[in-house]
Amino acid sequence: MANKVWDSHVVHHAEGQPDLLYIDLHLIHEVTTPQAFDGLRLAGRGVRRPDLTVATMDHNTPTIGLDLPLADPISAKQIAALATNCAEFGITLYPMGHANQGIVHVIGPEQGLTQPGMTIVCGDSHTSTHGAFGALAFGIGSSEVEHVLATQTLPQHRPANMAVTIEGDLPAGVTAKDVILALIGRIGTGGGAGHVIEYRGSTVRSLSMEGRMTICNMSIEAGARAGLVAPDETTFAWLAGRPHAPSDVDWGAAVEHWRSLATDEGAVFDKEVVIDATALRPHVTWGTNPSQVVAIDGVVPDPDILTDAGQAESARRALTYMGLAAGTPVREIRVDTVFIGSCTNSRLADLRAAAAVVDGRHVAAGMRAMVVPGSMRVKAEAEAEGLDRIFTAAGFEWRAAGCSMCLGMNPDQLSPQERCASTSNRNFEGRQGPGGRTHLVSPAVAAATAVAGHFATPEDL
Amino acid sequence: MEPVRTVTGTAVPLRRSDVDTDQIIPAKWLKRVERTGFGQGLFSEWRADPEFVLNQPRFAGAAVLVTGPNFGTGSSREHAVWALLDYGFAAVVSPSFADIFRTNCTKAGMVPVQVPAEVGDALLAAVEADPSVVITIDVAARTVGGAGVSATFPLDDFTQWRFLEGLDDIGLSLRNEDEIVAYEASRPAWMPTLP
Repeated sequence: MANKVWDSHVVHHAEGQPDLLYIDLHLIHEVTTPQAFDGLRLAGRGVRRPDLTVATMDHNTPTIGLDLPLADPISAKQIAALATNCAEFGITLYPMGHANQGIVHVIGPEQGLTQPGMTIVCGDSHTSTHGAFGALAFGIGSSEVEHVLATQTLPQHRPANMAVTIEGDLPAGVTAKDVILALIGRIGTGGGAGHVIEYRGSTVRSLSMEGRMTICNMSIEAGARAGLVAPDETTFAWLAGRPHAPSDVDWGAAVEHWRSLATDEGAVFDKEVVIDATALRPHVTWGTNPSQVVAIDGVVPDPDILTDAGQAESARRALTYMGLAAGTPVREIRVDTVFIGSCTNSRLADLRAAAAVVDGRHVAAGMRAMVVPGSMRVKAEAEAEGLDRIFTAAGFEWRAAGCSMCLGMNPDQLSPQERCASTSNRNFEGRQGPGGRTHLVSPAVAAATAVAGHFATPEDL
Repeated sequence: MEPVRTVTGTAVPLRRSDVDTDQIIPAKWLKRVERTGFGQGLFSEWRADPEFVLNQPRFAGAAVLVTGPNFGTGSSREHAVWALLDYGFAAVVSPSFADIFRTNCTKAGMVPVQVPAEVGDALLAAVEADPSVVITIDVAARTVGGAGVSATFPLDDFTQWRFLEGLDDIGLSLRNEDEIVAYEASRPAWMPTLP
């Protein structure tokens, strides 16, 4: 399937050179683009296809006090630079406060801009999210952003293909987040390097688009170039009627094309992994990379039993940083803060799952808990259902859209040693604020943990 | 970018695996709108520890970073490469690199030198034992050597050519302008566009 999308986008092919790929959609945000626009100006180049480029502000944006000037003047300068660059080059921008503003990987699908069979890039590693629709979508650096702005193409070496087949019904309380954490725990943060992962199997087929996005989103945490899922009725139903989806007149032709993208029967992959979904449990990371993960019923592992010297040393460093002792049951780890948000888990389905757990309950004494919807549209839809009232009644803060505490570029940060159960994607040292301690979990576990004060599943409450 | 033909110099040994780009350049540094000045943010959280290897005077002035596997994992921020370059590194030696980081290196003029694990271990040990060890990376020959260790490293012909000639990637792609125009004419009209 990845090969089909690739082959249909090759503009120029020559032996010994990377293929020149056409890019159907370029998503941009304020952090990784200012240097790219400067590069264009220095070289006297323009943006080739502003009509295939869309911008939003997400990484720096505050989630409260949107009507106030930004507290951080450097963030304000970066946000202003994006607005200036978009105006100068004629690019559609959903700025702070706009009804369509949000995390770049939430608004693309939401607007129907993300469609099967497309090539999609963004100066952000979590661009892999869009693969849930059967698009070939990958993160790029700022030099490549400049390249796409100038040419609407990218020279790329063809990646290898990896199949991850997930079969069986997920047990109650086990979610897409647990599937991807389990996979990363198994193959490691470099396990997918050089590959595009295609997620297949009955479990994937029965997942919602939100669940598929969660899995594809964290493909990068497995080191993969991209992740994708073959489009099906679930995909088409999500897309129908969205602002940029094909019109009624074109719908039939589009769906016919989308159906043709699925991997052919008997296709051979360079690497294959099979996961039994029926054996999975909710997962919690204990370390400082996403492969350092255990089932919630487990204990913090002992680095001394790891056979690889490098992994053992990495685990020792992680336990010191995280302030954890080997052998501690995961459920006994007390948590200071719960963050529900990020491009991994901030869509309406994620918020519904968390709200169902906290409805009629209250967060534990001393717990800081916040919900940051992925987009202003998700926020509006959640409010229309009354989810905001469920969260605030339970003691959560209900915020405006953005990347927020996933990476702490805005004021939403952890303090040193503050321990957070987070629905985001990276538990790296200092990711949510210098010295902060991040544990990655699903929205359901995050919500239950907020209520219990320690790691918990909804069934524990 | 400027041509890069050889890199010769002493090295800093960073004996850690899975070093992510959040460590190489923490998020607070990403608010800058310039391409320069990121060297001061390089490993800034780890540099708060006086024992951290970059703080040890015996490793000052190095041109090469020698490190563990899966270097540059995580965020796509090219700022990580800019920080390494700005600090004074011209090449990174590792048993494996994260894909986006490796690509960013080749766009910004930093040589990603991927070596077999045993070569990486030998170079780390040699540099730790003797900070005056000089490492030489020859882009044309695709070789890395020093302290009695030598190895070849993978670099595709196209990227090697760009390093050796210092070629502008965008200019190269625009030589295919006619093909880009022809491709655009073939795209289905129902594909999404912005106003």
